[in-house]
Amino acid sequence: MLVLVVSHFVGAALAPSLVRALGRRAFLVLALVPACAFGWAVAQTSTVADGGVEYAVTGWVPALNLDLAFALGSLQWVMMLIVTGIGALVLFYCTWYFSDDEPGLTAFAGHFVAFAGAMLGLVLADDLLVLYVFWELTTVFSYLLIGHDPTKRASRAAGMQALIVTTFGGLAMLVGILLIGLEAGTFRISEILADPPVGTTVTVAVVLLLLGAISKSALFPFHFWLPGAMAAPTPVSAYLHAAAMVKAGVYLVALLAPAFADVPGWHGILLSLGLITMLLGGWRSLRQLDIKLLLAYGTVSQLGFLLVIVGVGTRSAALAGVAMLGAHALFKSVLFLVVGIVDRQTGTRDLRRLSGVGRSAPALAAVALLAGASMAALPPFTGFVAKESVYAALIGVARDGDGTGIGPVAGWTLLIGVVLGSALTVAYTARFLWGTFATKAGVPPTEVRPIRTEFLAAPALLATLSVVLGFLGGPESRMIAPYADQFPPSEHHAQLALWHGPGLALGLSVVSLALGLLLFWRRELVALVQAALSPSSWSTEHAYLSLMRRVDRTAVEVTGLTQRGSVAIYLSVILSVLVLLPGAALVDAIGGPHDVVLWDSPGQLVVAVVIVVAAVLTVRSRRRLKAVLLLGVTGYGSATLFLLHGAPDLALTQVLVETVSLVVFVLVMRRLPEYFTDRPLTRSRYWRIAIGALVAAAVAGFMIVSTGARTETPVSAAFPREAVAFGGGRNIVNVTLVDIRAWDTMGEIAVLVAAATGVASLVFIGSRTAIIKRVADFTPKVPSDRPASAPGRPVWLPGGRTLAPERRSIIFEVITRLVFHTIVVFSIYLLFSGHNNPGGGFAAGLVTGLALVVRYLAGGRYELDEAAPVDAGALMGLGLFVATGSGLAPLAFGGTVLQSAVVDLHLPLLGDLHLVTSVFFDVGVYLVVVGLLLDLLRSLGAGIDRHIRDEESESEPAPDSGVPA
Amino acid sequence: MSTSLSLILAAAAMIGCGVYLILERSLTRVLVGLVMLGNGVNLLFLISSGPAGRAPIVGGGDGAMSDPLPQALVLTAIVISLATTAFILAMAYRSWQLTGGDNVQDDVEDAAIRRLALTDQASDSFDLSRQGDADDDLDVPEEEGRPA
Repeated sequence: MLVLVVSHFVGAALAPSLVRALGRRAFLVLALVPACAFGWAVAQTSTVADGGVEYAVTGWVPALNLDLAFALGSLQWVMMLIVTGIGALVLFYCTWYFSDDEPGLTAFAGHFVAFAGAMLGLVLADDLLVLYVFWELTTVFSYLLIGHDPTKRASRAAGMQALIVTTFGGLAMLVGILLIGLEAGTFRISEILADPPVGTTVTVAVVLLLLGAISKSALFPFHFWLPGAMAAPTPVSAYLHAAAMVKAGVYLVALLAPAFADVPGWHGILLSLGLITMLLGGWRSLRQLDIKLLLAYGTVSQLGFLLVIVGVGTRSAALAGVAMLGAHALFKSVLFLVVGIVDRQTGTRDLRRLSGVGRSAPALAAVALLAGASMAALPPFTGFVAKESVYAALIGVARDGDGTGIGPVAGWTLLIGVVLGSALTVAYTARFLWGTFATKAGVPPTEVRPIRTEFLAAPALLATLSVVLGFLGGPESRMIAPYADQFPPSEHHAQLALWHGPGLALGLSVVSLALGLLLFWRRELVALVQAALSPSSWSTEHAYLSLMRRVDRTAVEVTGLTQRGSVAIYLSVILSVLVLLPGAALVDAIGGPHDVVLWDSPGQLVVAVVIVVAAVLTVRSRRRLKAVLLLGVTGYGSATLFLLHGAPDLALTQVLVETVSLVVFVLVMRRLPEYFTDRPLTRSRYWRIAIGALVAAAVAGFMIVSTGARTETPVSAAFPREAVAFGGGRNIVNVTLVDIRAWDTMGEIAVLVAAATGVASLVFIGSRTAIIKRVADFTPKVPSDRPASAPGRPVWLPGGRTLAPERRSIIFEVITRLVFHTIVVFSIYLLFSGHNNPGGGFAAGLVTGLALVVRYLAGGRYELDEAAPVDAGALMGLGLFVATGSGLAPLAFGGTVLQSAVVDLHLPLLGDLHLVTSVFFDVGVYLVVVGLLLDLLRSLGAGIDRHIRDEESESEPAPDSGVPA
Repeated sequence: MSTSLSLILAAAAMIGCGVYLILERSLTRVLVGLVMLGNGVNLLFLISSGPAGRAPIVGGGDGAMSDPLPQALVLTAIVISLATTAFILAMAYRSWQLTGGDNVQDDVEDAAIRRLALTDQASDSFDLSRQGDADDDLDVPEEEGRPA
């Protein structure tokens, strides 16, 4: 059975390419998929007739005890024949319904076959959770099928409405399923039916399940989605909204009725809502002018009727219910298919404009007449057979309850209601046949394009079945008997037959027929009454729309309230939570044990005071540069604190970073306004002060409490030993970076590359990087009055020539010339000694970067390119490559990623060389950091230089001197 | 484990001032605040790692070593903060190029939603999907007894 279900989804996946290759003829191929499933079901006939059940279980999620369990019993067999048989015929019909150039046909074919597969899975599932999965799949595919034409607002709205309503029911059902599964200890349907759980929980669960069933089967008050769904193409209506999907609710009720029909609320909900729906649907159907909508409301009415009869829960009602289910699927799909043909061949569905169609298309009319007669329950059609047994079953219930516990008042009300509903059915059937085919006085005959035989074949076949099945009451009862026998035996012997002999049931059939014809005959009067009673001001559809509007309005209000679009407000909220929640816990904890000293060394206090003063002054400063310089003070102060704490690596890095930051700040600040925007002192300022002070106090509190909180030895206690033994280095911080926690460092240098790329792309909007321009490429705009430096006559810095004289500083150039190489050599020393002494890749890279900064500041951007004639991106890439390579290299020697090896070599002359492989990783880090700084100088330095020059040359069209900067 | 109150004082001051600054509108001030906040948090690592000691270098002298692990973590944090600083500065510069200032603007879309909320209107997407009476291309189902 799993194969049958899966083959549908395979077919759905292939459908788009098939449609592309074959056009609409692809539907003929696709129809084979459900047809095969139909053939398989037919082959199981004898097993099912003998009361046998086919099981097929495939493991799915063993940890959850969830299996793809399928079962084929009597009820499933009937549903499977409907789903696959009508599915195949409707696909066949699609071949002639659509034209090759129908937009969205590829998607439609896929969705349709997938829907058929989901529907098949739904009726075969023997596990409530699997059933739920297929249930929701049908919802999703029906949404896609209803919204077949996404360019039309009506079809979008209808699809969304159907989706929301049925998903709402589906979610309620899921809760119900979980409750039942927990009570019963299993989700297997066959086991639950064999031993149904009882109790209040089960009652609640069953009510939730019914909510899912009645929303799916379009019962009042959810009925409005079904007429809305008529925006779908007619084959969809014929299959989903007549034969298959809307029957899912009926099927679920029929499936669970043997176990739960006596649960409190079951009868109350199903019988009352079903009856209301039956009458309401029939009544509204009589008002419709669109023949498709007429059928849709008729379907609503019939679904109510079906849920009443399968919900009663007696043996004869079960038999009648399943017979009615099959009969309805047969005649209603025929009628929808007929409407599709009428719509295609005449171009209208308005019964006021259709006239004389019966005369011009007699075969079509005959087919519709057969199905209509079955719908109106005329003998000898299967509709009549089923309705006779329904009456018989309900008479039994009305007389003595028939073991259901339904009282006589309710029983007789039910019977009378169903008779009235049937009368309405007769009336709207007559209205449909008259409206579609009759020749109306005063209406010009409608032009009907010729109908191909194949187009009519599917409805004709189904209509014939309606007749044939009417004569096969005996075999039909035998097939349904295994399902009906799950109920206790009824008073009278239930049997489907054309002729039960004269009795109350036959009398009721005659009464409903007569009443229905009367309603049709006096239709003018009925229309007047309809108009008088028209509830146009209020309906469940309006309620749904206003509910949706209210949901949307609430969403707008909530979004407007919470999503203020201001970073400051979001941060305030986050920080307030920090103060309020952990801060509240702090009040309690602050009295606990803690261990605080005023200072580790008196110097600490001095530095701390400097930091506090600088921080406060930073906040108060209105000049950008002043704020940045004061920020630098706090940074250098931190570095001093690091040093005092015993962290020379940190102090070194902090000083270097602080210096580079200052340079970067200044490079950008030269373009920004000197002062921060002058803003009046607002109240929000005090809020900010309050939040800042509270956060500071909370953080201080956390720190004081945390001093007493540590109970375990630090994880780093073993680091010193391991650093020497495995990392081969004595500087533990550096070994931590390149060995113990090398993955962190790996991630970090990747972040550096990303940040540098981001900076460069923000400055060089057009291209990734600036072109490297060396001094030789420089051509002064105005020839210099002095001769260019002759070869052999050394200058301090070659790039200085490219600067305007007033921007040069000879002393700076001289000093740069003197110290540059020293700085670079120092950085190389830091790089290689970092393993054992303060230093390492980060510090070394920053020092090299500072050397470049000095060259740039002294000689301008040409000088920078002279100092480092390489692409920054390439440098960083190389760095990442070296780091990754050195990380992966140990794999080649049977090690693990980032493992270090220590190699001791004795080189002549140089002495012993203690080489640790992680130094290569550090070289990678070094290259990345140098690349980062070079990139910053190129973009924020040289890049902005160019922007300034471009602006100056724009504002001064005739430059009076060679100012290239 | 004894902790220096001086360190806590310095960290708290930097964090408090940093918080005040990041709540500002000027991107430069936000950045200054962020860097200061970062410096403060780096100190917190140091505080939580225990008392001061000698440098964590094996064989570098006598006495207790300071804890090396938080130092390694802070070292990466310091370098990352440089990259962040540069990136935000580039953003401030770009913002200055485009708008002539570096103020962080409020989100325009959010402001539009606030306007809807103030005028009690539904969202745009709702208007696009609903089935209403003012529809242009929706043929409202006609029924008898209801004027079309």
